[in-house]
Amino acid sequence: MSEMQDYKSSLSDPRSRKFETFSYLPEMTDDQVRKQVQYIVDQGWNPAIEHTEPENAMSDYWYMWKLPMFGEDDVDAILKEAEACHKAHPDNHVRLIGYDNYAQSQGTSMVIYRGKMD
Amino acid sequence: MAKKYSAGVKEYRETYWMPEYTPKDTDFLACFKVTPQPGVPREEVAAAVAAESSTGTWTTVWTDLLTDLDYYKGRAYAIEDVPGSDEEFYAFIAYPIDLFEEGSVVNILTSLVGNVFGFKALRALRLEDVRVPIAYVMTCGGPPHGIQVERDKMNKYGRPMLGCTIKPKLGLSAKNYGRAVYEVLRGGLDFAKDDENVNSQPFMRWRDRFLFVMEGIKKAEAETGERKGSYLNVTAPTPEEMFKRAEFAKEIGAPIIMHDYLTAGFTANTGLAEWCRDNGMLLHIHRAMHAVIDRNPHHGIHFRVLAKMLRLSGGDHLHSGTVVGKLEGDREATLGWIDIMRDSYIEEDRNRGIFFDQDFGAMPGVFPVASGGIHVWHMPALVSIFGDDSVLQFGGGTLGHPWGNAAGAAANRVALEACVEARNQGRVLEKEGKEILQAAAKHSPELKVAMETWKEIKFEFDTVDKIDKAHK
Repeated sequence: MSEMQDYKSSLSDPRSRKFETFSYLPEMTDDQVRKQVQYIVDQGWNPAIEHTEPENAMSDYWYMWKLPMFGEDDVDAILKEAEACHKAHPDNHVRLIGYDNYAQSQGTSMVIYRGKMD
Repeated sequence: MAKKYSAGVKEYRETYWMPEYTPKDTDFLACFKVTPQPGVPREEVAAAVAAESSTGTWTTVWTDLLTDLDYYKGRAYAIEDVPGSDEEFYAFIAYPIDLFEEGSVVNILTSLVGNVFGFKALRALRLEDVRVPIAYVMTCGGPPHGIQVERDKMNKYGRPMLGCTIKPKLGLSAKNYGRAVYEVLRGGLDFAKDDENVNSQPFMRWRDRFLFVMEGIKKAEAETGERKGSYLNVTAPTPEEMFKRAEFAKEIGAPIIMHDYLTAGFTANTGLAEWCRDNGMLLHIHRAMHAVIDRNPHHGIHFRVLAKMLRLSGGDHLHSGTVVGKLEGDREATLGWIDIMRDSYIEEDRNRGIFFDQDFGAMPGVFPVASGGIHVWHMPALVSIFGDDSVLQFGGGTLGHPWGNAAGAAANRVALEACVEARNQGRVLEKEGKEILQAAAKHSPELKVAMETWKEIKFEFDTVDKIDKAHK
Protein backbone atom coordinates (compact mmCIF):
# COMPACT_ATOMS: atom_id res chain seq x y z
CA MET A 1 0.00 0.00 0.00
CA SER A 2 1.34 3.41 -0.98
CA GLU A 3 2.16 5.99 1.67
CA MET A 4 -0.65 8.33 2.63
CA GLN A 5 -0.92 11.45 0.49
CA ASP A 6 -2.42 14.83 1.23
CA TYR A 7 -5.41 15.78 -0.93
CA LYS A 8 -4.31 18.95 -2.69
CA SER A 9 -7.18 21.36 -3.10
CA SER A 10 -7.77 24.85 -1.74
CA LEU A 11 -9.71 28.05 -2.22
CA SER A 12 -6.52 29.97 -2.94
CA ASP A 13 -5.34 27.70 -5.74
CA PRO A 14 -7.33 28.24 -8.95
CA ARG A 15 -6.10 24.89 -10.25
CA SER A 16 -8.38 23.24 -7.68
CA ARG A 17 -11.38 24.32 -9.74
CA LYS A 18 -13.09 21.58 -11.72
CA PHE A 19 -15.61 21.89 -14.51
CA GLU A 20 -17.95 18.91 -14.29
CA THR A 21 -17.89 15.86 -16.60
CA PHE A 22 -14.40 14.54 -17.40
CA SER A 23 -12.64 17.26 -15.41
CA TYR A 24 -11.15 14.63 -13.08
CA LEU A 25 -9.39 12.94 -16.00
CA PRO A 26 -6.28 14.27 -17.77
CA GLU A 27 -7.03 16.68 -20.62
CA MET A 28 -8.25 14.65 -23.61
CA THR A 29 -6.06 14.18 -26.68
CA ASP A 30 -7.37 15.16 -30.11
CA ASP A 31 -8.22 11.54 -30.79
CA GLN A 32 -10.16 11.22 -27.54
CA VAL A 33 -12.11 14.42 -28.26
CA ARG A 34 -12.95 13.14 -31.73
CA LYS A 35 -14.47 9.98 -30.23
CA GLN A 36 -16.67 12.02 -27.89
CA VAL A 37 -17.86 14.15 -30.81
CA GLN A 38 -18.65 10.96 -32.68
CA TYR A 39 -20.64 9.76 -29.64
CA ILE A 40 -22.73 12.94 -29.64
CA VAL A 41 -23.41 12.56 -33.35
CA ASP A 42 -24.29 8.87 -32.91
CA GLN A 43 -26.84 9.76 -30.21
CA GLY A 44 -28.59 12.06 -32.65
CA TRP A 45 -27.88 15.07 -30.42
CA ASN A 46 -27.22 18.60 -31.66
CA PRO A 47 -23.63 19.67 -31.03
CA ALA A 48 -22.89 23.12 -29.62
CA ILE A 49 -19.80 25.03 -28.54
CA GLU A 50 -19.60 27.47 -25.60
CA HIS A 51 -16.76 29.22 -23.83
CA THR A 52 -16.09 31.25 -20.69
CA GLU A 53 -13.38 32.82 -18.61
CA PRO A 54 -12.36 30.14 -16.08
CA GLU A 55 -13.25 32.42 -13.14
CA ASN A 56 -16.85 32.60 -14.38
CA ALA A 57 -17.24 28.89 -15.05
CA MET A 58 -19.91 28.38 -12.38
CA SER A 59 -22.38 30.49 -14.31
CA ASP A 60 -25.09 28.52 -16.14
CA TYR A 61 -24.74 30.64 -19.23
CA TRP A 62 -21.38 30.51 -20.90
CA TYR A 63 -20.89 32.49 -24.14
CA MET A 64 -22.37 30.63 -27.09
CA TRP A 65 -20.03 30.22 -30.02
CA LYS A 66 -22.44 31.03 -32.85
CA LEU A 67 -25.54 28.81 -32.63
CA PRO A 68 -25.85 25.10 -31.84
CA MET A 69 -25.02 23.09 -34.96
CA PHE A 70 -28.48 21.62 -35.51
CA GLY A 71 -28.40 18.42 -37.51
CA GLU A 72 -24.61 18.58 -38.02
CA ASP A 73 -23.18 15.06 -38.25
CA ASP A 74 -19.79 15.82 -39.77
CA VAL A 75 -17.30 15.26 -36.95
CA ASP A 76 -14.62 17.32 -38.70
CA ALA A 77 -16.94 20.29 -39.12
CA ILE A 78 -17.77 20.19 -35.41
CA LEU A 79 -14.12 19.92 -34.40
CA LYS A 80 -13.30 22.84 -36.68
CA GLU A 81 -15.79 25.08 -34.90
CA ALA A 82 -14.42 24.08 -31.50
CA GLU A 83 -10.92 24.89 -32.67
CA ALA A 84 -12.01 28.22 -34.09
CA CYS A 85 -13.62 29.12 -30.76
CA HIS A 86 -10.45 28.12 -28.92
CA LYS A 87 -8.28 30.22 -31.24
CA ALA A 88 -10.49 33.24 -30.73
CA HIS A 89 -10.50 32.77 -26.93
CA PRO A 90 -7.26 30.93 -26.07
CA ASP A 91 -7.46 31.62 -22.32
CA ASN A 92 -11.04 30.42 -21.94
CA HIS A 93 -12.60 27.06 -21.22
CA VAL A 94 -14.29 25.71 -24.35
CA ARG A 95 -17.00 23.15 -23.83
CA LEU A 96 -18.73 20.78 -26.18
CA ILE A 97 -22.42 20.16 -25.58
CA GLY A 98 -24.80 17.64 -27.08
CA TYR A 99 -28.34 19.02 -26.93
CA ASP A 100 -30.98 16.30 -26.69
CA ASN A 101 -34.11 18.03 -27.94
CA TYR A 102 -36.33 15.08 -27.00
CA ALA A 103 -35.23 15.11 -23.36
CA GLN A 104 -35.21 18.92 -23.57
CA SER A 105 -31.87 18.85 -21.83
CA GLN A 106 -28.19 18.53 -22.52
CA GLY A 107 -27.34 14.90 -23.23
CA THR A 108 -23.78 15.67 -22.33
CA SER A 109 -21.39 18.55 -21.75
CA MET A 110 -17.61 18.49 -21.44
CA VAL A 111 -14.73 20.95 -21.49
CA ILE A 112 -12.47 20.08 -24.42
CA TYR A 113 -10.08 23.03 -24.24
CA ARG A 114 -9.05 23.99 -20.74
CA GLY A 115 -8.51 27.69 -20.12
CA LYS A 116 -5.75 29.34 -18.10
CA MET A 117 -6.11 28.06 -14.54
CA ASP A 118 -3.61 30.26 -12.64
CA MET B 1 -86.12 -4.67 -14.08
CA ALA B 2 -84.79 -3.86 -10.58
CA LYS B 3 -83.23 -6.59 -8.47
CA LYS B 4 -84.90 -8.08 -5.41
CA TYR B 5 -83.16 -8.16 -2.05
CA SER B 6 -82.21 -11.59 -0.83
CA ALA B 7 -80.17 -11.76 2.39
CA GLY B 8 -77.43 -14.31 2.98
CA VAL B 9 -73.99 -15.31 1.79
CA LYS B 10 -73.46 -15.63 -1.96
CA GLU B 11 -70.47 -17.11 -3.66
CA TYR B 12 -68.14 -14.30 -4.67
CA ARG B 13 -67.72 -15.66 -8.17
CA GLU B 14 -71.38 -15.07 -9.00
CA THR B 15 -70.74 -11.35 -8.80
CA TYR B 16 -67.00 -10.70 -9.12
CA TRP B 17 -65.65 -13.33 -11.55
CA MET B 18 -66.04 -11.90 -15.06
CA PRO B 19 -63.77 -13.69 -17.54
CA GLU B 20 -65.68 -12.07 -20.39
CA TYR B 21 -64.84 -8.55 -19.18
CA THR B 22 -62.54 -6.42 -21.37
CA PRO B 23 -60.72 -3.87 -19.19
CA LYS B 24 -61.23 -0.24 -20.15
CA ASP B 25 -58.40 2.22 -20.76
CA THR B 26 -59.56 4.11 -17.68
CA ASP B 27 -59.57 1.07 -15.36
CA PHE B 28 -57.01 0.43 -12.68
CA LEU B 29 -55.57 -3.05 -13.24
CA ALA B 30 -53.89 -5.20 -10.62
CA CYS B 31 -52.08 -8.49 -10.76
CA PHE B 32 -52.07 -10.44 -7.51
CA LYS B 33 -50.10 -13.59 -6.86
CA VAL B 34 -52.49 -15.72 -4.82
CA THR B 35 -51.82 -18.71 -2.57
CA PRO B 36 -55.31 -20.05 -1.79
CA GLN B 37 -56.32 -22.24 1.10
CA PRO B 38 -56.43 -25.85 -0.10
CA GLY B 39 -59.68 -26.90 -1.76
CA VAL B 40 -60.97 -23.43 -2.66
CA PRO B 41 -61.50 -23.04 -6.44
CA ARG B 42 -59.27 -20.44 -8.12
CA GLU B 43 -62.17 -18.48 -9.61
CA GLU B 44 -63.78 -18.17 -6.19
CA VAL B 45 -60.55 -16.93 -4.60
CA ALA B 46 -59.86 -14.47 -7.42
CA ALA B 47 -63.39 -13.16 -7.13
CA ALA B 48 -63.03 -12.88 -3.38
CA VAL B 49 -59.87 -10.79 -3.81
CA ALA B 50 -61.70 -8.54 -6.29
CA ALA B 51 -64.60 -8.17 -3.86
CA GLU B 52 -62.56 -7.54 -0.73
CA SER B 53 -60.37 -4.95 -2.48
CA SER B 54 -63.38 -3.08 -3.82
CA THR B 55 -67.07 -3.04 -2.93
CA GLY B 56 -67.66 -6.36 -1.27
CA THR B 57 -68.37 -7.50 2.20
CA TRP B 58 -68.91 -11.10 3.34
CA THR B 59 -72.68 -11.03 3.13
CA THR B 60 -75.27 -9.29 1.01
CA VAL B 61 -76.66 -6.09 2.56
CA TRP B 62 -79.80 -4.25 1.55
CA THR B 63 -77.91 -1.02 0.89
CA ASP B 64 -76.13 -2.81 -1.98
CA LEU B 65 -79.34 -2.23 -3.88
CA LEU B 66 -79.23 1.55 -3.41
CA THR B 67 -76.31 1.82 -5.81
CA ASP B 68 -75.10 0.41 -9.07
CA LEU B 69 -72.86 -2.20 -7.55
CA ASP B 70 -72.22 -3.76 -10.92
CA TYR B 71 -70.50 -0.57 -11.96
CA TYR B 72 -68.43 0.02 -8.80
CA LYS B 73 -67.27 -3.55 -8.22
CA GLY B 74 -63.78 -4.85 -8.92
CA ARG B 75 -63.79 -7.47 -11.64
CA ALA B 76 -61.58 -10.56 -11.61
CA TYR B 77 -61.13 -10.98 -15.36
CA ALA B 78 -58.30 -13.48 -15.75
CA ILE B 79 -56.38 -16.21 -13.98
CA GLU B 80 -52.95 -17.53 -14.96
CA ASP B 81 -50.57 -20.18 -13.68
CA VAL B 82 -47.49 -18.92 -11.88
CA PRO B 83 -44.47 -20.39 -13.67
CA GLY B 84 -42.59 -22.69 -11.33
CA SER B 85 -45.37 -23.00 -8.76
CA ASP B 86 -48.19 -25.52 -8.47
CA GLU B 87 -49.93 -23.81 -5.58
CA GLU B 88 -50.06 -20.19 -6.62
CA PHE B 89 -51.79 -18.42 -9.46
CA TYR B 90 -52.02 -14.88 -10.78
CA ALA B 91 -55.38 -13.13 -10.49
CA PHE B 92 -55.98 -10.10 -12.71
CA ILE B 93 -58.49 -7.59 -11.44
CA ALA B 94 -59.89 -4.41 -12.98
CA TYR B 95 -61.28 -1.51 -10.94
CA PRO B 96 -63.25 1.47 -12.24
CA ILE B 97 -61.28 4.71 -11.92
CA ASP B 98 -63.76 6.46 -9.63
CA LEU B 99 -63.13 4.02 -6.80
CA PHE B 100 -60.05 6.16 -6.09
CA GLU B 101 -59.83 9.78 -4.98
CA GLU B 102 -57.89 11.89 -7.46
CA GLY B 103 -54.20 12.35 -6.68
CA SER B 104 -54.28 9.98 -3.70
CA VAL B 105 -51.76 7.18 -3.56
CA VAL B 106 -53.06 6.66 -0.04
CA ASN B 107 -56.51 5.80 -1.36
CA ILE B 108 -55.11 3.44 -4.00
CA LEU B 109 -53.18 1.45 -1.42
CA THR B 110 -55.91 1.46 1.20
CA SER B 111 -58.14 -0.28 -1.33
CA LEU B 112 -55.77 -2.57 -3.18
CA VAL B 113 -53.69 -3.75 -0.25
CA GLY B 114 -56.15 -3.19 2.58
CA ASN B 115 -58.23 -5.81 4.40
CA VAL B 116 -57.90 -8.27 1.56
CA PHE B 117 -54.39 -9.20 2.73
CA GLY B 118 -55.74 -10.72 5.91
CA PHE B 119 -58.55 -12.56 4.19
CA LYS B 120 -59.07 -16.09 5.52
CA ALA B 121 -59.56 -17.83 2.17
CA LEU B 122 -55.96 -16.93 1.36
CA ARG B 123 -52.78 -18.35 2.74
CA ALA B 124 -50.76 -15.58 1.13
CA LEU B 125 -51.25 -12.73 -1.29
CA ARG B 126 -48.83 -10.54 -3.16
CA LEU B 127 -49.54 -7.48 -5.27
CA GLU B 128 -47.18 -8.01 -8.19
CA ASP B 129 -48.02 -5.03 -10.38
CA VAL B 130 -50.62 -2.36 -11.02
CA ARG B 131 -51.58 -0.39 -14.11
CA VAL B 132 -52.55 3.15 -13.22
CA PRO B 133 -54.57 4.68 -16.05
CA ILE B 134 -53.05 7.82 -17.57
CA ALA B 135 -56.25 9.68 -16.71
CA TYR B 136 -55.44 9.10 -13.03
CA VAL B 137 -51.69 9.69 -13.42
CA MET B 138 -52.60 13.20 -14.58
CA THR B 139 -54.24 13.90 -11.21
CA CYS B 140 -51.03 13.17 -9.28
CA GLY B 141 -48.28 15.72 -8.59
CA GLY B 142 -45.43 13.33 -9.21
CA PRO B 143 -41.75 14.19 -8.81
CA PRO B 144 -41.26 17.81 -7.67
CA HIS B 145 -38.69 18.38 -10.44
CA GLY B 146 -37.66 15.18 -12.15
CA ILE B 147 -34.51 14.07 -13.88
CA GLN B 148 -34.17 16.78 -16.51
CA VAL B 149 -34.79 19.73 -14.18
CA GLU B 150 -32.44 18.33 -11.56
CA ARG B 151 -29.69 18.02 -14.16
CA ASP B 152 -30.20 21.66 -15.13
CA LYS B 153 -30.27 22.84 -11.52
CA MET B 154 -27.20 20.84 -10.53
CA ASN B 155 -25.35 21.32 -13.85
CA LYS B 156 -24.59 17.57 -14.21
CA TYR B 157 -24.71 16.19 -17.73
CA GLY B 158 -23.65 13.09 -19.59
CA ARG B 159 -22.89 10.95 -16.59
CA PRO B 160 -24.45 9.39 -13.49
CA MET B 161 -24.23 11.55 -10.37
CA LEU B 162 -22.17 10.44 -7.39
CA GLY B 163 -23.20 10.37 -3.76
CA CYS B 164 -22.08 9.07 -0.40
CA THR B 165 -23.93 8.24 2.79
CA ILE B 166 -22.08 9.61 5.80
CA LYS B 167 -20.98 6.98 8.33
CA PRO B 168 -21.03 5.97 11.10
CA LYS B 169 -24.81 5.93 10.82
CA LEU B 170 -25.25 7.30 14.32
CA GLY B 171 -23.30 9.14 16.97
CA LEU B 172 -21.34 11.87 15.19
CA SER B 173 -21.61 15.42 16.45
CA ALA B 174 -22.96 17.98 13.97
CA LYS B 175 -19.61 19.63 13.43
CA ASN B 176 -17.71 16.39 12.85
CA TYR B 177 -20.51 15.27 10.58
CA GLY B 178 -20.23 18.46 8.53
CA ARG B 179 -16.52 17.79 8.19
CA ALA B 180 -17.20 14.37 6.67
CA VAL B 181 -19.67 15.97 4.21
CA TYR B 182 -17.24 18.71 3.22
CA GLU B 183 -14.47 16.19 2.60
CA VAL B 184 -16.47 13.97 0.21
CA LEU B 185 -17.74 17.00 -1.71
CA ARG B 186 -14.34 18.65 -2.15
CA GLY B 187 -12.99 15.30 -3.35
CA GLY B 188 -15.40 15.24 -6.29
CA LEU B 189 -18.77 13.79 -5.28
CA ASP B 190 -21.94 15.63 -6.21
CA PHE B 191 -23.92 14.71 -3.12
CA ALA B 192 -23.53 13.56 0.45
CA LYS B 193 -26.47 11.95 2.21
CA ASP B 194 -27.86 11.71 5.71
CA ASP B 195 -28.33 8.13 6.77
CA GLU B 196 -31.99 7.25 7.08
CA ASN B 197 -31.96 6.88 10.83
CA VAL B 198 -30.31 10.25 11.30
CA ASN B 199 -33.26 12.44 12.22
CA SER B 200 -32.75 14.68 15.25
CA GLN B 201 -31.27 12.67 18.07
CA PRO B 202 -29.69 14.01 21.27
CA PHE B 203 -26.16 13.54 19.90
CA MET B 204 -26.92 15.67 16.81
CA ARG B 205 -30.00 17.88 16.54
CA TRP B 206 -31.24 18.54 13.04
CA ARG B 207 -30.71 22.30 13.07
CA ASP B 208 -27.05 22.04 14.01
CA ARG B 209 -26.49 19.38 11.37
CA PHE B 210 -28.16 21.44 8.64
CA LEU B 211 -26.02 24.49 9.42
CA PHE B 212 -22.68 22.69 9.53
CA VAL B 213 -23.48 20.65 6.42
CA MET B 214 -24.45 23.80 4.55
CA GLU B 215 -21.12 25.40 5.42
CA GLY B 216 -19.41 22.32 3.99
CA ILE B 217 -21.45 22.50 0.79
CA LYS B 218 -20.69 26.18 0.23
CA LYS B 219 -16.99 25.80 0.81
CA ALA B 220 -16.73 22.72 -1.42
CA GLU B 221 -18.57 24.59 -4.18
CA ALA B 222 -16.20 27.54 -3.95
CA GLU B 223 -13.21 25.24 -3.89
CA THR B 224 -14.15 22.94 -6.78
CA GLY B 225 -16.25 25.31 -8.87
CA GLU B 226 -18.96 22.63 -9.10
CA ARG B 227 -22.53 22.43 -7.78
CA LYS B 228 -22.90 20.32 -4.66
CA GLY B 229 -25.65 19.10 -2.38
CA SER B 230 -26.29 17.01 0.70
CA TYR B 231 -29.61 15.29 1.34
CA LEU B 232 -30.82 16.86 4.58
CA ASN B 233 -33.16 14.33 6.15
CA VAL B 234 -36.38 16.06 7.19
CA THR B 235 -38.15 12.84 8.19
CA ALA B 236 -39.75 13.73 11.51
CA PRO B 237 -42.26 12.52 14.10
CA THR B 238 -45.04 14.78 12.79
CA PRO B 239 -45.80 16.47 9.46
CA GLU B 240 -45.61 19.87 11.17
CA GLU B 241 -42.08 19.16 12.36
CA MET B 242 -41.14 17.81 8.93
CA PHE B 243 -42.24 21.02 7.23
CA LYS B 244 -40.45 23.12 9.85
CA ARG B 245 -37.18 21.36 9.01
CA ALA B 246 -37.83 21.65 5.28
CA GLU B 247 -38.47 25.40 5.61
CA PHE B 248 -35.20 25.85 7.47
CA ALA B 249 -33.27 23.87 4.85
CA LYS B 250 -34.68 26.21 2.22
CA GLU B 251 -33.88 29.28 4.29
CA ILE B 252 -30.19 28.38 4.48
CA GLY B 253 -30.00 27.68 0.74
CA ALA B 254 -29.85 23.88 0.67
CA PRO B 255 -30.62 22.48 -2.80
CA ILE B 256 -32.02 19.12 -1.69
CA ILE B 257 -33.76 17.46 1.24
CA MET B 258 -34.58 13.86 1.99
CA HIS B 259 -37.53 11.82 3.21
CA ASP B 260 -38.28 8.22 4.14
CA TYR B 261 -41.54 7.58 2.33
CA LEU B 262 -42.61 4.25 3.78
CA THR B 263 -41.91 4.78 7.47
CA ALA B 264 -43.23 8.35 7.33
CA GLY B 265 -46.15 7.44 5.09
CA PHE B 266 -47.63 8.53 1.80
CA THR B 267 -49.68 11.41 3.20
CA ALA B 268 -46.54 13.05 4.55
CA ASN B 269 -44.60 12.24 1.40
CA THR B 270 -47.15 13.61 -1.03
CA GLY B 271 -47.45 16.81 1.01
CA LEU B 272 -43.70 17.21 1.14
CA ALA B 273 -43.34 16.60 -2.60
CA GLU B 274 -45.85 19.38 -3.30
CA TRP B 275 -43.99 21.67 -0.93
CA CYS B 276 -40.73 20.85 -2.72
CA ARG B 277 -42.12 21.84 -6.09
CA ASP B 278 -43.51 25.07 -4.65
CA ASN B 279 -40.19 25.86 -3.02
CA GLY B 280 -37.67 24.75 -5.64
CA MET B 281 -36.23 22.01 -3.45
CA LEU B 282 -35.05 18.66 -4.82
CA LEU B 283 -36.36 15.62 -2.94
CA HIS B 284 -34.37 12.46 -2.26
CA ILE B 285 -36.42 9.46 -1.17
CA HIS B 286 -35.18 6.64 0.98
CA ARG B 287 -37.14 3.41 1.32
CA ALA B 288 -36.57 2.06 4.84
CA MET B 289 -39.05 -0.76 5.61
CA HIS B 290 -39.45 -1.73 1.95
CA ALA B 291 -37.90 -5.17 2.42
CA VAL B 292 -40.48 -5.97 5.10
CA ILE B 293 -43.15 -5.37 2.48
CA ASP B 294 -41.53 -6.52 -0.75
CA ARG B 295 -39.01 -9.28 -0.05
CA ASN B 296 -41.28 -12.27 0.52
CA PRO B 297 -42.07 -13.67 -2.93
CA HIS B 298 -45.46 -14.99 -1.76
CA HIS B 299 -46.87 -12.20 0.35
CA GLY B 300 -46.78 -8.42 0.39
CA ILE B 301 -46.26 -5.82 -2.31
CA HIS B 302 -43.64 -6.02 -5.00
CA PHE B 303 -41.14 -3.16 -5.06
CA ARG B 304 -42.14 -2.24 -8.62
CA VAL B 305 -45.52 -1.23 -7.17
CA LEU B 306 -43.90 0.73 -4.34
CA ALA B 307 -41.73 2.47 -6.94
CA LYS B 308 -44.72 3.34 -9.07
CA MET B 309 -46.55 4.71 -6.04
CA LEU B 310 -43.57 6.86 -5.13
CA ARG B 311 -43.37 8.30 -8.63
CA LEU B 312 -47.03 9.29 -8.33
CA SER B 313 -46.66 10.59 -4.77
CA GLY B 314 -43.50 12.50 -5.63
CA GLY B 315 -39.73 12.26 -5.25
CA ASP B 316 -36.75 13.15 -7.43
CA HIS B 317 -34.54 10.25 -6.30
CA LEU B 318 -35.49 6.78 -5.11
CA HIS B 319 -33.29 3.96 -3.88
CA SER B 320 -33.57 1.10 -6.34
CA GLY B 321 -31.05 -1.52 -5.27
CA THR B 322 -27.69 -2.01 -6.95
CA VAL B 323 -27.82 -5.51 -8.47
CA VAL B 324 -24.12 -5.78 -7.62
CA GLY B 325 -23.83 -4.66 -3.98
CA LYS B 326 -24.68 -6.00 -0.55
CA LEU B 327 -28.48 -5.70 -0.82
CA GLU B 328 -31.11 -7.79 -2.59
CA GLY B 329 -31.81 -7.34 -6.30
CA ASP B 330 -32.37 -9.62 -9.25
CA ARG B 331 -30.93 -7.95 -12.34
CA GLU B 332 -33.84 -8.27 -14.77
CA ALA B 333 -36.41 -7.30 -12.17
CA THR B 334 -34.30 -4.31 -11.10
CA LEU B 335 -34.01 -3.13 -14.71
CA GLY B 336 -37.80 -3.36 -14.87
CA TRP B 337 -38.49 -1.09 -11.92
CA ILE B 338 -35.72 1.31 -12.97
CA ASP B 339 -37.70 1.79 -16.19
CA ILE B 340 -40.83 2.34 -14.10
CA MET B 341 -39.02 5.14 -12.28
CA ARG B 342 -37.58 6.86 -15.35
CA ASP B 343 -39.49 6.20 -18.55
CA SER B 344 -42.58 7.83 -19.99
CA TYR B 345 -44.05 4.56 -21.28
CA ILE B 346 -43.16 1.09 -20.00
CA GLU B 347 -44.33 -1.96 -21.91
CA GLU B 348 -45.46 -5.24 -20.42
CA ASP B 349 -42.45 -7.54 -20.13
CA ARG B 350 -42.87 -10.70 -18.09
CA ASN B 351 -39.12 -11.36 -18.17
CA ARG B 352 -38.76 -8.23 -16.05
CA GLY B 353 -41.84 -8.93 -13.96
CA ILE B 354 -43.84 -6.17 -15.64
CA PHE B 355 -47.43 -7.32 -16.11
CA PHE B 356 -48.98 -4.24 -17.70
CA ASP B 357 -48.16 -1.44 -20.10
CA GLN B 358 -47.84 1.73 -18.04
CA ASP B 359 -48.20 5.22 -19.47
CA PHE B 360 -46.83 8.06 -17.33
CA GLY B 361 -47.39 10.66 -20.03
CA ALA B 362 -45.48 13.84 -19.25
CA MET B 363 -44.91 13.00 -15.59
CA PRO B 364 -41.20 13.58 -14.86
CA GLY B 365 -38.91 10.64 -14.12
CA VAL B 366 -37.21 9.73 -10.84
CA PHE B 367 -33.46 9.13 -10.56
CA PRO B 368 -32.81 5.56 -9.38
CA VAL B 369 -30.23 5.54 -6.59
CA ALA B 370 -27.83 2.60 -6.36
CA SER B 371 -26.50 2.46 -2.84
CA GLY B 372 -25.12 -0.16 -0.48
CA GLY B 373 -21.91 -2.18 -0.47
CA ILE B 374 -20.50 -0.82 -3.71
CA HIS B 375 -16.97 0.43 -4.46
CA VAL B 376 -14.77 1.41 -7.40
CA TRP B 377 -14.52 -2.12 -8.76
CA HIS B 378 -18.29 -2.14 -9.24
CA MET B 379 -18.20 1.07 -11.28
CA PRO B 380 -18.05 -0.46 -14.78
CA ALA B 381 -21.03 -2.72 -14.07
CA LEU B 382 -22.99 0.10 -12.42
CA VAL B 383 -22.50 2.50 -15.32
CA SER B 384 -23.47 -0.25 -17.71
CA ILE B 385 -26.60 -1.31 -15.79
CA PHE B 386 -27.90 2.10 -14.69
CA GLY B 387 -26.75 4.40 -17.51
CA ASP B 388 -26.43 8.15 -17.07
CA ASP B 389 -29.75 8.85 -15.36
CA SER B 390 -28.85 7.49 -11.95
CA VAL B 391 -27.16 8.35 -8.68
CA LEU B 392 -24.41 5.96 -7.61
CA GLN B 393 -23.75 6.11 -3.90
CA PHE B 394 -20.60 4.89 -2.28
CA GLY B 395 -20.68 5.10 1.52
CA GLY B 396 -18.01 2.76 2.82
CA GLY B 397 -16.56 2.86 -0.69
CA THR B 398 -15.72 6.55 -0.18
CA LEU B 399 -15.21 6.95 3.57
CA GLY B 400 -13.23 3.73 3.90
CA HIS B 401 -10.42 4.94 1.63
CA PRO B 402 -7.09 4.65 3.46
CA TRP B 403 -6.34 8.33 2.76
CA GLY B 404 -9.72 9.63 3.84
CA ASN B 405 -12.95 10.92 2.38
CA ALA B 406 -11.62 13.39 -0.19
CA ALA B 407 -9.27 10.81 -1.69
CA GLY B 408 -12.06 8.22 -1.65
CA ALA B 409 -14.36 10.64 -3.43
CA ALA B 410 -11.74 11.50 -6.04
CA ALA B 411 -11.13 7.79 -6.67
CA ASN B 412 -14.82 7.25 -7.36
CA ARG B 413 -15.09 10.32 -9.56
CA VAL B 414 -12.07 9.30 -11.65
CA ALA B 415 -13.38 5.74 -11.97
CA LEU B 416 -16.81 7.02 -13.02
CA GLU B 417 -15.49 9.42 -15.62
CA ALA B 418 -13.12 6.81 -17.03
CA CYS B 419 -16.02 4.38 -17.42
CA VAL B 420 -18.28 6.98 -19.05
CA GLU B 421 -15.54 8.06 -21.46
CA ALA B 422 -14.87 4.43 -22.41
CA ARG B 423 -18.57 3.68 -22.85
CA ASN B 424 -18.94 6.68 -25.14
CA GLN B 425 -16.07 5.28 -27.19
CA GLY B 426 -18.08 2.12 -27.70
CA ARG B 427 -16.09 -0.06 -25.30
CA VAL B 428 -17.95 -2.78 -23.39
CA LEU B 429 -17.64 -1.88 -19.72
CA GLU B 430 -18.52 -5.20 -18.14
CA LYS B 431 -15.86 -6.92 -20.24
CA GLU B 432 -13.11 -4.31 -20.26
CA GLY B 433 -13.80 -2.74 -16.86
CA LYS B 434 -10.57 -3.90 -15.31
CA GLU B 435 -8.33 -2.46 -18.03
CA ILE B 436 -10.31 0.79 -18.06
CA LEU B 437 -9.89 1.26 -14.30
CA GLN B 438 -6.24 0.26 -14.35
CA ALA B 439 -5.49 2.78 -17.10
CA ALA B 440 -7.32 5.51 -15.19
CA ALA B 441 -5.43 4.67 -11.99
CA LYS B 442 -2.15 5.55 -13.72
CA HIS B 443 -3.16 9.21 -13.44
CA SER B 444 -4.86 8.91 -10.07
CA PRO B 445 -3.00 7.64 -7.01
CA GLU B 446 -6.31 7.88 -5.11
CA LEU B 447 -7.95 5.40 -7.48
CA LYS B 448 -4.93 3.12 -7.44
CA VAL B 449 -5.08 2.84 -3.65
CA ALA B 450 -8.85 2.34 -3.71
CA MET B 451 -8.41 -0.54 -6.13
CA GLU B 452 -5.81 -2.12 -3.88
CA THR B 453 -8.07 -1.71 -0.84
CA TRP B 454 -11.25 -3.29 -2.18
CA LYS B 455 -10.05 -5.73 -4.77
CA GLU B 456 -11.18 -8.86 -2.97
CA ILE B 457 -14.64 -7.83 -1.76
CA LYS B 458 -17.47 -9.72 -3.41
CA PHE B 459 -21.14 -10.25 -2.64
CA GLU B 460 -22.39 -13.46 -4.15
CA PHE B 461 -25.45 -14.50 -2.16
CA ASP B 462 -28.33 -15.60 -4.34
CA THR B 463 -31.41 -13.40 -4.33
CA VAL B 464 -34.45 -14.54 -2.35
CA ASP B 465 -37.04 -12.88 -4.56
CA LYS B 466 -36.64 -13.87 -8.19
CA ILE B 467 -38.77 -13.50 -11.27
CA ASP B 468 -41.16 -16.48 -11.40
CA LYS B 469 -39.77 -18.99 -13.89
CA ALA B 470 -40.83 -22.50 -14.82
CA HIS B 471 -39.01 -25.22 -12.84
CA LYS B 472 -40.08 -28.16 -14.97
